[in-house]
Amino acid sequence: MAALLQHAGYEEERLLRVAQQMPCREVQAGMLLSLMGQPQQYSYPSIFIYGHRASGKSHVMHVLLKELELPHATVSCVECVSVALLFEQVLLSFFGCDAASLLPRSPSLSDFVRIYRQQCSQSPAKQTRYIVMEKAELLRDTDANLLPALLRLQELVEDNVTIILLSEIVWDKFRPNTGCFEPLLLHFPDYSKGELQQILSQDRHPSYTAEFYSSYINILLGVFYSVCRDLRELRHLAALNFSKFCEPLAEGKVKETDTHKLWRNIEPHLKKAMQTVYLREVSSLQWEQMQQMEEKESGALRGLSAHTHVELPYYSKFLLIAAYLASYNPARTDKRFFLKVDRFNFTPKNLLNHLLGPKPFPLDRLLAIFYSVVDNRVAPTASIFSQISSLVTLQLLTQVSHDDQLDAPKYKCAVSMDFICAISRTVNFDIVKYLYDFL
Amino acid sequence: MSKRKLTDAHLPVGECITQVQEILRERLCCQKLPDRPEGVEAQHKHLLELLKRTAVHGESNSVLIVGPRGAGKTMLLKCVLRDLLEDKEVQKNLLQVHLNGLLQTDDRIALKEITRQLHLENAVGDKVFGSFAENLAFLLEALKKGDRSSSRPVLFVLDEFDLFAHHKNQTLLYNLFDVSQSAQAPIAVVGITCRLDVLELLEKRVKSRFSHRQIHLLSSLTFPQYLERVRTQLSLPDDFPDGKFAEDWNASVKTLCEDKSVEDVLQRHFNSSKDARSMHMLLMFCLSRVSVSRPAIKPADLLEASRLCFADAKANMLHGLSILELCLIIAMKHLNDVYEGEPFNLQMVHNEFKKFLQRKSNSMYNFDQPVIMKAFEHLQQLELIRPVDSSSAKIQREYQLMRLMIDHSQIMEALQKYPQCPTDVKQWAMSAFG
Repeated sequence: MAALLQHAGYEEERLLRVAQQMPCREVQAGMLLSLMGQPQQYSYPSIFIYGHRASGKSHVMHVLLKELELPHATVSCVECVSVALLFEQVLLSFFGCDAASLLPRSPSLSDFVRIYRQQCSQSPAKQTRYIVMEKAELLRDTDANLLPALLRLQELVEDNVTIILLSEIVWDKFRPNTGCFEPLLLHFPDYSKGELQQILSQDRHPSYTAEFYSSYINILLGVFYSVCRDLRELRHLAALNFSKFCEPLAEGKVKETDTHKLWRNIEPHLKKAMQTVYLREVSSLQWEQMQQMEEKESGALRGLSAHTHVELPYYSKFLLIAAYLASYNPARTDKRFFLKVDRFNFTPKNLLNHLLGPKPFPLDRLLAIFYSVVDNRVAPTASIFSQISSLVTLQLLTQVSHDDQLDAPKYKCAVSMDFICAISRTVNFDIVKYLYDFL
Repeated sequence: MSKRKLTDAHLPVGECITQVQEILRERLCCQKLPDRPEGVEAQHKHLLELLKRTAVHGESNSVLIVGPRGAGKTMLLKCVLRDLLEDKEVQKNLLQVHLNGLLQTDDRIALKEITRQLHLENAVGDKVFGSFAENLAFLLEALKKGDRSSSRPVLFVLDEFDLFAHHKNQTLLYNLFDVSQSAQAPIAVVGITCRLDVLELLEKRVKSRFSHRQIHLLSSLTFPQYLERVRTQLSLPDDFPDGKFAEDWNASVKTLCEDKSVEDVLQRHFNSSKDARSMHMLLMFCLSRVSVSRPAIKPADLLEASRLCFADAKANMLHGLSILELCLIIAMKHLNDVYEGEPFNLQMVHNEFKKFLQRKSNSMYNFDQPVIMKAFEHLQQLELIRPVDSSSAKIQREYQLMRLMIDHSQIMEALQKYPQCPTDVKQWAMSAFG
């Protein structure tokens, strides 16, 4: 089989090793190699590589630079909260810690360029030096001069250095307003379904056959592919659920080739995983424990959102219901709902209020609705008002007005329709009858 | 038949290709100075005259070189300096200070840099002593003490000149122009900027001390000249070690430029931007495909390079979305059509999506709200949708208003190329009423 990666300046076996470590990315790696050229030749001052998450950008760069032993500095912009960290990392990787210690206390870009020029006049680059910056979209949030200066670094320091920026965001969103040195743009396309299958099948467990694992991956992709194409997430899900897949095999109920029975066993499990682990409602540890616990105890699995269902006191529930009604009914319709005499009829509308979100309401309106909704007579004591404050602390209500306004505070209701329906059921209140959108 | 004097050396093809790559890369990537700058002879002459007057005759001057990005301003200055320094006297006497607006973001830093580059007495090795005020006073003293006959001329080059105009009080600019107007040590101040309206940025007192001399580099290339420029950029020089190879290469470049499809591609590039830098990017892509197995540039290479240059980045990203995310984008497109570009939130998009699902018989895409929320957040991280205002403190996530940052035509184009797109999704996208 002819080597997929070939280039004049690099040895064949090294390139073969490189190609083995990056399946389905040979075309992009070849393109990158041809742009990089031979080590002693100049390359374009800046290259911008963009593509979806987990499409192999960092991986390909690291493998290429490490296997071919090219001088490089890898910087993740997430770690560089201040530019000093970036400069230190670059000087350390290229010239050693003596150069990095020459940087003054809070170095500016000017200091960095000056020290770099001094160092490279002492040790000029025999091979192209590469600076790889991951998550480059964070560079936009630093000083305005950093990104344009880095793009021209080759010209500013007069050395054979190339900057490679890796990002998920397209280049059009990076460009500064007066323009800059445009980098070469390279796209890493997403993996197709077949390529995902090929890569995920490489993780196979040694004690099972490759076809068995491929059929498992097939089923997994069938459930998750329409929702998520991120390689890292799929690998994680594959690793978590494989033991459950092999369970009937271990118990001896089915053979390896009985794909239909295996599918029937795993499919509801994967659907449940989509609602819990995929959304990080439960942690992976909890998920694995639950798998071992069998069905009789699996009802005890509580996701993160279940923790918001606190048990509220009686009047707090009515306060919350009143708040929900105040948020989602327009103020002029209160008369129709909360007076004893019904004289108006309205035509049904689409769910416009529910689509736009909750509206703020003053405290007086909340109390007015509260008193008409609660069936027995309630005295306006301080305990009612303190329950309103505790609802705000629980983040079931949001305070919209400023803290200084004591006489007319405004609130918004921050719960969903399902939550309020559950609460109203516990107090035997039919909330749908009172909502304007559901007339 | 005359016997031309070719070099007898015949290098192997691999060696030739390496040499070609090295020469062309130096030209395209690190912007090696050409022997004679093309198309800017008048500007070259003007600038050279000006700098000679400062360097040789001791006259103070200031000038601004203005032109769009990639027009060749820095290259012009470097060529002029190279020609200027051919004179031995000038080489001995002229002092140069090079500042860049991107690096020297502050007058304090700029002053330290000037002191360092001029090797004044308050700079020992690399360290500059004294405060900003002391340094400024020292520098001005040093410059004021001289006169045309006894002191050396100084050339100040200010790259990204418009950034210097943003410094506090424009102190540095004021002082430099002030010295250039008064009869003190002869200095020349050359500013390089890409902004045509740079004079509006200067304060009144600074503007009045500036000589208002501007050299414009607005390219007036015609398409045949552009083609010729492409040919010369790709041709090998006469002193190439293997003469026969160089001849073959130059001949193939000539036929390449005469090919009809190549001309169409270059016309397209010429129409979008005439400057040298975008041409260099295109040629760099072509050059990267040259190797031992393909020792010449073919028209297909140029077509492929052009396709890479003009690729729509957002459409590429749309190609990698999952089906659910694509459906959400189509729902947003329909909302934009119905409500004429008003911002939307997740609830509205979900509602629209549910209307589509009600019409379909199978419930394959019946996902829960949290799963749809995760897909929506992914789109937000890719910056395909953006919140209308950044105050997200008091609004719940599903009610935050957003705008779609993709054009309708990009969505339709992406749908055509999407792999295994279900037909009902496509039909939904193309239907007028959502």
